[in-house]
Parts: sequence; structure tokens; C-alpha cells
Amino acid sequence: MQRIDKEGRLAKTEERLRELLVRGLDGDARAYHAFLTDLSVHLRAFLRRRLAHLPDEVEDLVQESLLAVHNQRHTYGPNEPLTPWVHAIAKYKLVDLLRRRGREVRTEPLDDGNPVFSSTDSDAAEARRDIRKLLEHLPDGQRASIECMKLQGLSAVETAHITGMTVSAVKVAVHRGLRALAARMRRDA
Amino acid sequence: MRTDELITMLATSSGAVDSSSASKRVGMAIGWGAFGAALLMAVMLGVRPDLGQAVSRPMFWVKIAYAITLLLASLFAVSRLSRPGLTLSGIAPVLLAPVIAMWILGAVELAGADPAERYRLWMGRTWRSCPELIAILSVPAFVAMLWAVRGLAPTRLRLAGAALGLVASSIGAVVYSFHCPEMSAPFLGCWYLLGMLIPPAVGATLGPWLLRW
Repeated sequence: MQRIDKEGRLAKTEERLRELLVRGLDGDARAYHAFLTDLSVHLRAFLRRRLAHLPDEVEDLVQESLLAVHNQRHTYGPNEPLTPWVHAIAKYKLVDLLRRRGREVRTEPLDDGNPVFSSTDSDAAEARRDIRKLLEHLPDGQRASIECMKLQGLSAVETAHITGMTVSAVKVAVHRGLRALAARMRRDA
Repeated sequence: MRTDELITMLATSSGAVDSSSASKRVGMAIGWGAFGAALLMAVMLGVRPDLGQAVSRPMFWVKIAYAITLLLASLFAVSRLSRPGLTLSGIAPVLLAPVIAMWILGAVELAGADPAERYRLWMGRTWRSCPELIAILSVPAFVAMLWAVRGLAPTRLRLAGAALGLVASSIGAVVYSFHCPEMSAPFLGCWYLLGMLIPPAVGATLGPWLLRW
């Protein structure tokens, strides 16, 4: 009985998050925000369970995984289940971190049978690395475009006006800048 | 930056996402890769002079079908491996089918041939250069596919590298077929295959470094 409850709950989470993401991919920023917020709570619980020996790294890895989900969101097929997609990204980022820390990945308890949506943890610790600082290291065009569009919430047209770039160049700069940010997060970690 | 600030930053003006952008990227890589290979072949090797007659022989088309079947199977593998959470079940038999079919055809051909002829059916006249030329013609598609997959999200990097290498080498082999005079199944089952396995080996070796994200 309990098992059925648990599976029902997982299926509901999957359905709710999937719907939010699909709306987000259609351009609904509010749904996308709700998706990422909800996702972060699940990611944190998932990663904290697996990083028991590196508790200070959990929040950094939550942030890195969120950025990865965002940067690779075009690889999600709207008709596919969401759980395996998120699980694979979180696990990839986790293994990547463990390798960087020189851990023998084989001996780590990666798959304890609990999928990524099975628990929640909204207790966000302070991240150790500051993304704002990392942004300063990006090339000028990328940094300015991200600051205007993503931090101040200006439109692409307004951003283009301020930076003196074309609208399409601004969009490309944001996209490349966020990818460069992900690469920098890996290197600095 | 706190996590909720990061989330707000990511969600702000995130815009709509084209869900077909992944397949477009791979499609473009194949186009450019094939174009590059054809150009390389035209400049370096030239089309076989008897192409007009060759196209009327079934074996010419068997050769093309062999490479194209491998191309389609590896393309399927790449597209699954480039997107997180998808499984590869059932891919091994599909990849092996054209190879085994060619080996069976080769065995039949060898069995029916005059014993003195067998060695020549197997080695052809160009066995020395065939594998390396296929590998060289794969380079444009290899670079293009690397670019395409780097823009996606492979989580099994060695496998993804090997699969994209096989896509590249199948394209190389299709293009090479228009130059190469060899038409015997034992030759295709051995030397073509050997050439087509070089780029996947390179891809599997470099994958963990070049494909990480």
C-alpha cells in the first residue's frame, strides 16, 4: 500500500514538473521559474544523500546541475518522460564532481534505487562559489548581455541598444555566456 | 549568488526553445561532413573512371547499402546517446546486421570461387590504402559531428564518441565507394570495415575529453 502511494506521488511530481517544463520551453517564463524552483528542491535532496562525505559541495552542485539543465534544455523531447532526463543529468554532474575530487566512482553509492524526484530538501545552504564573480571573467559582450537580459530583465532589443550589438548577437552572447559559465564552474570547482 | 537568485536569472527572458534544434544540428553536421568528404575525394582521389558501368552492377549498390545501413544505425545511436536518459536497447543487432550480412555474402563468394582466385577476392588490389583512405575521408564528418554532439548533452562520453565516429566513417565509406574500384564482398567485409572502425576508436578515446559539459 505504501509502495503504491510512493509511486503515485512520484508520478504526480513527474507530471507536474513535466507540464511546467513544457510550458517553459514554449516561452512561459513563469512556468519555467516554477519548474526550476521545484526541481532544485529535488536535486538538493538527491545530491545531498550522495554527497554525505562532501556536504559543503552540495549547494554548488545543485547550482551547477540547474545551469546544466538550463543549458541543455533543448535536448529534452517534450513527449519523453522527464524523470530519466533529469536523473541522467544530475548523475552525470555528480560523477563529474566525484572524478574531479579524485574519488573512485565505482565505490560510491550512486544509484540507491531512489529516483531523483523521490524526496525534497528546501534547506538551501550558502554556495561556496559565487556565480556573480564567475560572470566577471566572461568576455565583455557575453557578460554585458547576461547582465542586461538575465539579471536586470531587459528585453533583447533594449540590451542590443545598450551594448551596441545586434539583437541576434545579444541572444547568441547570452547562450554562449551561460555555456562558458558552466565550463568555468567545472574548472573552478 | 544564492540558488533562488540563480533560478531567477536563468528563467528571466529565457524565451521559447526549438525542440527540433538537436536534430537540425546533427542534420547540418551530416550535410557538411558529406560535402567535405566529397570535396576531399574529388581533389585527392577522383571518381573511379568506370563509374558509368559500375552503377549497373548490383555489387556497387550493395556496397553503398552496406555503408548507409551502418550510417543509419550509428545515427540512431548518436541521437539517443546525445540526449540524457535515453537507453540504447536493441542497437547492437542493428549495428551488426549489415556486417554479418556482408560476411555471409563474402563466405558464399569465396566458397564459389576458384581457390586460386580467393586470395585476390579478399585482398583486392587496394587493401593497403583502403582503410586509411576511408579514415581520411571521414575527417570532415568527424569534426562536424563532434561540433554537433558538443552542442547536445551526451552522458556516456566514450560511447557517444564511438557512435559519432561511426557516423563519420560511414559517410566516409559512402563517398569512398565512388572512387574505390573494389567490388568483392570479402574485401568490403574486411578492409572497408577496418577503415570504418578507425574513427570510432578515435572517438571513443577522445570522447571523455572533447564531449564533456
